[in-house]
This record gives sequence, C-alpha cells and structure tokens, in this order.
Amino acid sequence: MLEGILIGLQTAFSIQNLLVVIGGCLIGTFIGMLPGLGPMSIIAIMIPVAITMGDPSAALILLAGVYYGAIFGGSTSSILLNAPGVAGTVASSFDGYPMAQQGKAGKALTIAAIASFSGGTIGAILLMIFAPGLSTVALLFHSAEYFALMVVGLSAIAAFAGTGQVAKAMIMTLLGLIMATVGEGALFPQPRFTMGIMDLQSGFGFVTLAMAMFALPEALFLVLKPKDLKGNEGEIKDLRITRAEARAIAPVIGRQSLQGFFIGVLPGAGATIASFLGYAVERNIATKEEQEEFGKGSIKGLAAPETANNAACTGSFVPLLTLGIPGSGTTAILLGALIALNVTPGPRLMIDAPEVFWAVIMSMFIGNLVLLILNLPLIPYIAKVLSIPRNYLIPFILFFTLMGAYIGQNNATELLILVGFGICATALKFADYPLAPLLIGFILGGMMENNFSRSMQLYDGIGFIWERPMTLGLLVIAAILIILPSYRTRIARRKAEGVADGD
Amino acid sequence: MALDRWIALILLGLCLIYGYAAFFTMDGQIPPFMRRNPIWPSTFPKILSVLGVIACLFILFGVEKAQAKEPDIDYRRLHEYKLGQAILLLGLMIAYALALRPLGFLFSTSAFLILGSFILGERKWHIMLPVSIFATFVVWYLVQEVLGIFLRPLPQFLMGVF
Repeated sequence: MLEGILIGLQTAFSIQNLLVVIGGCLIGTFIGMLPGLGPMSIIAIMIPVAITMGDPSAALILLAGVYYGAIFGGSTSSILLNAPGVAGTVASSFDGYPMAQQGKAGKALTIAAIASFSGGTIGAILLMIFAPGLSTVALLFHSAEYFALMVVGLSAIAAFAGTGQVAKAMIMTLLGLIMATVGEGALFPQPRFTMGIMDLQSGFGFVTLAMAMFALPEALFLVLKPKDLKGNEGEIKDLRITRAEARAIAPVIGRQSLQGFFIGVLPGAGATIASFLGYAVERNIATKEEQEEFGKGSIKGLAAPETANNAACTGSFVPLLTLGIPGSGTTAILLGALIALNVTPGPRLMIDAPEVFWAVIMSMFIGNLVLLILNLPLIPYIAKVLSIPRNYLIPFILFFTLMGAYIGQNNATELLILVGFGICATALKFADYPLAPLLIGFILGGMMENNFSRSMQLYDGIGFIWERPMTLGLLVIAAILIILPSYRTRIARRKAEGVADGD
Repeated sequence: MALDRWIALILLGLCLIYGYAAFFTMDGQIPPFMRRNPIWPSTFPKILSVLGVIACLFILFGVEKAQAKEPDIDYRRLHEYKLGQAILLLGLMIAYALALRPLGFLFSTSAFLILGSFILGERKWHIMLPVSIFATFVVWYLVQEVLGIFLRPLPQFLMGVF
C-alpha cells in the first residue's frame, strides 16, 4: 500500500495535476452554487474537456475535483439562500439557513467547510483501507458473478428509489439497458436496432445522453420556473468558531463520516440519503435541549449532513474503483469518461494502472484541502456568482451542453439527438421518473451483456445461474431488493386503509 | 390518466416494438454456424423487452401507489410557467445545430448567445453584444488551440478566401 501511496503522490503532485485539481474544485464550486445545476450536469459538461486532456489520471482528478466542488458549492447556496444547488445539500439548509438569518452566515460556512473537509478526508482514508481488500475479493469473480453483481447494483438503485418509485426506477434502468443494445455489440459484429440509420451504427453517444438527461432538463426547469435568488445580501463575516463549538461537532463529524461513507458505498444510496439519514440520526441521539435547537440553527444539525454527504461521495468511489460498477449517476458518468480514455475500472485497475487508482485517492485529499483553504477566505467573493443574471446564465448553460455533445462526436446530428432526448427527459422529469437509473443502465448495459454472453457460452446455456452458488446468491439478493420495497408499501397501505392483515 | 401513466403507455409501446424486433425479425439474419451458439444477439434484448413490458404494466395498473408529493413543476399548470421561452430556446438550439456547419462557429455561436438572452427578456444591447462575442471567441480559442479540435470558424463560402 505504501508503494501505491507514493506512486499516487508522485502523480498527484505534478504541477499539471495540482492545477487540474484546483481548477476542478473552483469550477465545481462556482457552478454547484447555482441552484438547479447538480453535480451530474456539471460533470457531464466537463467530460469533453477531461477526455481531450488525454491523461486518465488527470481526467479523473479533474472530474473528482469538480464533484467535490459542486457538493461544497451546493451547501453554500443552501446556507446563504435556502436554495440548494444539489439534492445532497438539502439537509444542510435545515439548520444552515436559520444560522445565516441570525447573522451567523460566516460561522455556518466555516462549519460546513470543516465538516465537508473532515468527511471527505476520513472517507478517503476509509477508501484507502477498504478498496484494496475489496478488489482482491473481486478478482475471484467470474463473468457470471459480474453479471449477477451488476443485476444486484441495478436492482439496488431501483429499490432505493423511494416509495412508489420502484417500478419507475426499474423501467428507467431497463430503458437504459435497451438503449445500450442499439448499435453493434462487442460479441456480435452485427448492427442491432439501428433502424437503418448510419449515425446509430456505433450506438448512442454517452456524453450526449448524459447532457440530455441531466444538464438540459435542469436548464429548462430554470427557464420554466425562475428561482428567486434574493437572499441575505448582508456581509459574510466572522468566520471563526469557538473551542466549545468545535468540541460539540467533533463527535458528530466522527460518526457521520463513518456512516456516510458506508451509505455511499451502497449502490443507489448516495449523498442525498446519507445527508438526510445523518441529520435524522444526530437529531435522535442528541440531548433533549439540543433536539429543540435542530431546525433553528443548530451547529450539530449543520455539521451532520455536511459531513455525511462528503463522506458518501467518497464512498461511492469504492464500487466504481474496485468492481467497475457505478452506484450513482455521478460515478456512472465518471465510468463513462474513464472507458472513453481506455481505462477500465475494476479489480484489475489497481494492478494495471496503479497510478490512476492512487492518484485519484491522493487527489481526494488534495481536493479537500484545496476546498478548505481556497474557498473559506474566498467564499464571500465566490458567492457573488449568485448575482449573475439568469438572462446570461441560461444561454451559456445551453451552449455548453451543445458544445459538449458536439466536441465529443464532431457531428451536428448529435446536437439534434441531444435536443430530442432532452425534451423526452424533461417530460420524464415532469412525470417524476428518476433519470439517473437510465444513464447507469446505459453505461452498464454493454458490460452486462458481455458478461452474460460469456457465461452463457462457458456453461452452454443459463446453467451458470444454479451451477455457481455465488451467482445464484447474488441474483436472489437482487430479487429480494426489488420485491421487498413493494411488499412493504403494500403492507403499509393495507394498514393505512384499516384492512386486517391476512397471513 | 396522469402523465406518468401516459408515459408508461408510450414506453410499453416502445418495449413491445423492441420486443417484436428481438423475437421475430432479428434471428433471421443469423448465419447458420451461429445458430448452435447458446447465445444469440437477440437473447439479451428478448429478456429486456419482457422485463420492460412487466415494469410498464406495473405502472399502468398502478400496482404501486406513489405518495402524493409537491412536484417542483406541476405539469398540469404548465402554461402558467414560462413555456413560450422554453420552447423558443429549444427551437433556437435546433437552429444552432443546423446552422453550426454551414454558417461557421463564430457567427452561429454569438447569434445563439445573443438571441438566447433576448428570448429571456434581456434588452441591454451594450452588455449583451460584447459579452456574447467575447465569450464566443474565448471558447473558440480554447477548443481550437488548447484542446486541438477543429471548429470551422467562418461560414463555408468564406473559408477559402482567408
């Protein structure tokens, strides 16, 4: 491990990569602050830049920096304006905004920065400990287990989608998988479902799809419903926190780093769930007097979600780096970018490209440090970005989504596909269909089919399902994950209707 | 019927068409030697289409009741939002896609940015014009010179002149 850490330090500390991480964090903070633009849109917009850099470590470092910055920026707008830019920071506004209203905006931002920093750093340490172990286990996996593991991942995403959303998340995942089958498959040199259109021969472009699913609908929502950005215009000052406050939030940070990290590792449960759960847990275990304060500007109530969401962001890298299976929309986009750069994340990553693996982990530390030192003093100035008029902002966002799709493919038809899918995605968003599962399904689709085909060929049929106990076990878990939530809502509904429970 | 179930109906149609293609039209093209293979190009799509149809039916018949929650934008009152602006911007994006090659990057992009802010209600030409044109040149420089991707800067008929 020490050797790996040194390789990582060597790569991460090159001038270029340091600049990249600083730039990524700043860009992420700037854009993440804008309400309505989530980390997925920002990363999608940055992909073409990352891919053209050509160096996989630098690209991943850039995108990870942007990711952290976006989460951090999101908490800034939650605290100052009560307008979270990112779903993962909604819980931060519960206590952050009341603090800002009481004139303690500076203190709230400091606590947010410290909590984010600690959550991210502790998360990175845990990642360093767990990832190598997990990837040794993962090396024992065959294609059958990989297939089963992907099924588990995809069903977990559907299962964690929330009550009443399981079927919707499932159909979106399936739609993503279906879209992935368009074009030529790897095992069969035969175009499928192209409807005779030459442009579809190589399948749908991943960047185009990512833009169409996230950036475009979010921009359109901003057009449709202008958010009021008038918040507290007051000076942000008094950034210091007292020793007593530091002592109060220290245990919260410790607990939430661990909890957030492990929630982040689970597929489908990302920063959002981690932050809400962290908030709820801390409120429940706080003393009576402190519980009263939650929601009215409690420092613990701010530290908990901030720590948890950053730790969860780091945790979501575990399945990506060790198994090559993304658990969230953001890591799915990162996976797509890595594949475009000819790096396949998975258990072999640590052996085949240790510099990528360790550089990413090292850059997490650097990124967190950069966010802490760079953003804390600069926050009052960075918050000025919130006053850019939307009349200028929206055309630029739209232009960057178009540019991203165009640069990737150098093909104007791609832009029409982008607009078409963007409209479909907006309609889906209106109807409350989750969009991230579609992209995850799309990215995993090719790999899933390849692994499935390989095991079918090895076992001459679907015998691999019952001949390999691990595969069978994983598939059973997947089935339970899908069935359990719908069963539970059914029971809950019956109870609510006052009908007696049958056996 | 609520919008989510209409969409489920459309998706059901998609899955059925997809399934029809997978089950009935694709297998004819397989060369004879591949027929002994346990897996065909259509195997995976077949599974997907069946699962997709099941999931769509689940939503259509409302097996799983969703909790009523406050949506960000209520599509039933869509006309109360700035729908006109959104549609105009989408039209502008399509126009940009069609104009990018023939008219060149510099012209189409600055026009896109200016018209975009115009549609959103900006009328301060003295800020709009310089900002858009400056941004266009910066992006073109970054993409062309720094990233090294060719973007035709000028309209087609002018390219040979310079």
